[in-house]
Amino acid sequence: MEYVIEMNDIRKEFPGIVANDNITLQVKQGEIHALLGENGAGKSTLMNVLFGLYQPEKGEIKVRGKKVEITDPNVANDLGIGMVHQHFMLIDKFTVTENIILGLEPSRYGTIDLKKAEKEVARISEQYGLRVDPKAKVEEISVGMQQRVEILKTLYRGAEILIFDEPTAVLTPQEIKELIDIMKKLIKEGKSIILITHKLKEIMAACDRCTVIRRGRGIGTVEVAKTNENELASMMVGREISFKVEKAEADPTDVVLNIKDLVVKDTRGVDAVNQLNLEVKAGEIVGIAGVDGNGQTELIEAITGLRKAESGTISVSGKQLTNLPPRKVTEAGVGHIPEDRHKYGLVLDFTVGENILLQTYYRKPYSKNGVLYYPTMYEKARKLIEEYDVRTPSEKTLARALSGGNQQKAIIAREVDRSPNLLIAAQPTRGLDVGAIEFIHRKLVEERDKGRAVLLVSLELDEVRNVSDRIAVVYEGKIVAIVDPKTTSEQELGLLMAGGKLEKAGESGS
Amino acid sequence: MKRVKEALSNLIVPMISISFGFLAGAIIMLLSGNNPVTGYVALLQGVFGEIYYFGETLRMMTPLIFSGIAVAFAFRTGLLNIGVEGQLIVGWLASVAVGSMFDLPMILHLPLALLVGAVAGAVWGFIPGILKARLHVHEVIVTIMMNYVALHVSNYIIRTYMLASGQRSDYVSETASLSSEFLRGMTDFSRLHWGFFLAIAACFVMWFFLWKTTKGYELRSAGYNQHASSYAGMNVKTNIVMSMMISGAFAGLGGAMEGLGTYNYVQILQGFTNLGFDGIAVALLGGSTSIGIFLAAFLFGGLKIGSSNMQATAGVAPELVEIVIALIIFFVASSYFIRWYLNRRQSKKEGK
Ligand SMILES: Nc1ncnc2c1ncn2[C@@H]1O[C@H](COP(=O)(O)OP(=O)(O)OP(=O)(O)O)[C@@H](O)[C@H]1O
Ligand SMILES: [Mg+2]
Repeated sequence: MEYVIEMNDIRKEFPGIVANDNITLQVKQGEIHALLGENGAGKSTLMNVLFGLYQPEKGEIKVRGKKVEITDPNVANDLGIGMVHQHFMLIDKFTVTENIILGLEPSRYGTIDLKKAEKEVARISEQYGLRVDPKAKVEEISVGMQQRVEILKTLYRGAEILIFDEPTAVLTPQEIKELIDIMKKLIKEGKSIILITHKLKEIMAACDRCTVIRRGRGIGTVEVAKTNENELASMMVGREISFKVEKAEADPTDVVLNIKDLVVKDTRGVDAVNQLNLEVKAGEIVGIAGVDGNGQTELIEAITGLRKAESGTISVSGKQLTNLPPRKVTEAGVGHIPEDRHKYGLVLDFTVGENILLQTYYRKPYSKNGVLYYPTMYEKARKLIEEYDVRTPSEKTLARALSGGNQQKAIIAREVDRSPNLLIAAQPTRGLDVGAIEFIHRKLVEERDKGRAVLLVSLELDEVRNVSDRIAVVYEGKIVAIVDPKTTSEQELGLLMAGGKLEKAGESGS
Repeated sequence: MKRVKEALSNLIVPMISISFGFLAGAIIMLLSGNNPVTGYVALLQGVFGEIYYFGETLRMMTPLIFSGIAVAFAFRTGLLNIGVEGQLIVGWLASVAVGSMFDLPMILHLPLALLVGAVAGAVWGFIPGILKARLHVHEVIVTIMMNYVALHVSNYIIRTYMLASGQRSDYVSETASLSSEFLRGMTDFSRLHWGFFLAIAACFVMWFFLWKTTKGYELRSAGYNQHASSYAGMNVKTNIVMSMMISGAFAGLGGAMEGLGTYNYVQILQGFTNLGFDGIAVALLGGSTSIGIFLAAFLFGGLKIGSSNMQATAGVAPELVEIVIALIIFFVASSYFIRWYLNRRQSKKEGK
């Protein structure tokens, strides 16, 4: 009875697509088992089958050697299976404790015994080293904290087998480190973990074995200790992947984005962007490096018209855009790949085609005199779906039904295709597989070579270093240094991002 | 093929809800000592048995279609318009005011009366719309209050300025009336009027507007995701106001149907007409689609008209019909469970 989980020959179909085509996954007791595959390969689907959210058409599931039928998540709970979904399912207005005990509230005389619950939550978080404030409201805590709440939720329900669906996609590098520590601790306490991630580094750092699937089919399971990143990548994509971004020397010309003394307040009323100055020229990619929460989000929202600037100016190609509404900004030639694709990027209940036309629907030839021409819209959508390899049964499928990575590709197709003068890419590769990342990076460089200005904001230092021509380091709402990615080191960047000063002032561009 | 399957599954849930509603009604009839078979036969006869009943059913449907569209339209854009009742009342009043106080050729008079009815409803919708957009006041609260304002203000206006005989105003002049000797003659002198065809046209307008125009696309987009809509450059605030106004206009037209078609006058209302509130049920059962609303309005209209025959020939209290309607709504509202159960059964079957 070596395996805690055995999923044998699982098949799951959706209209027009076989998401899981006889996949086998075997997880040993006490291991961290990685599940790796391209966007849309069927990873989330397979895990949803295990968690009882979907019923497979074929195949059997064994838990601790016993054949089981997981008809809904309650059954999964009873079997000790817990899942941390990629998109959190927490109630913002509730406290951490309230969220954790939701559905299983300890009661006393018919009322919820919050005291007891808080003690229990504190005990579990102590045991596994998951620091949280049980009394804080979920809307007030960071994404990393919210994830801990999700983990605690599963532990509180007595989970022995934990499924993590892309837990690190939304985390900062520091939070990722902490999460890996937490997972290792969980293993020590006798749990088993299935981890979905696109980041090969994390698999190498945290996992024991790795099962690879491609386009719904199982490719194989390997011992992580006996493989390397390149091998995993080619197993997954079916070809060699280059991790290095190929690009020629940048040839920057006129200033496109020009920001002067910009001040922007965040939701709490604090100056998140504080007297920021930045220039991005046509034909260059400027990457913004910084620890999460140093004003990056507010900066982008101010440029794109989603947030008011308190003072200072923003111009694009000489046109004043300060505090203009988003439509005017878009029409001035600004493209924006937003960091939160579900909140801003997509209308999930619209079709993929409708989403692809989200900013251009009112223009010819997609509409005339206020009447939409769906055939032209869908024709356009089909072309982009093809060109950007968005895996979807059709352009009339709801965006909701796409895998996370393919949703992202649809957004990128839309934004890049508008051929903006300035392309803002915020976390553009979040949740994408290595093949797709390579593709996106190539697109960004292509746009640059066409003479567009590209502003890249990413928490992935590697991405910023590989793609950018110049790196602007942001700290507490200011650009504190501009460095050359070819000569800077990770240590130097790390120091600057933490608010430190460089000894030598030689190379900084401004 | 996929389309057909989808359409079927959209039909199946309301069908099950309706069956459950009737089933529960039958049980209640049994418990209260009535024979459900005779009861339901009488109900059916009360709708289809005589052409007069059928004409009355279509007449009854007319305002229900409008109020259903009003609710559905707002709902599609993410707003809960509980104020259809009030918008309908002011539309009724305004259309009759224009219809009875002016002397114009029909080609101007009737459209003007309809238009003013729609505008009155739109104004009543504007207030909660602007409060929501500017001050984030929840539209449910404001629309509910606006219902009372509409009821009492219109009663006051009728009493002070328009009272002709007893509790009602003058009749609207013939040039502003939707009544039709032709339709009346065809249906054994029911009160069926031209408004029925306007209601059908309104179904088409709603479908076309929401699914074929850029404004409709924007409104649906805002209904699903306001953040993404403003990210895409749509003016969400203006759209909220606009949606409430259009919704109110449909409701106002529903009132005009009563004012210019069924009754040809306004009267002092003892309480709400309930036509607006029934619109919520119609929209819910109809899944907020044009065809669905038409069918649901037919069902509810039929239940209302047929219930009198149920009472007359089978001795079933009309309250029972109200209970059946309530139960159908209950089961539609819990359609989530029905859907869940169907899904489960289906995946089990496929698993075998
Ligand atoms: N509810 C659904 N209805 C229809 N198709 C679906 C549904 N869920 C997933 N799919 C399809 O099944 C396939 C597998 O999707 P899945 O979400 O499992 O991918 P994934 O491996 O998790 O990808 P990613 O890394 O992008 O999250 C995709 O082609 C997707 O479009
Ligand atoms: Mg996924």
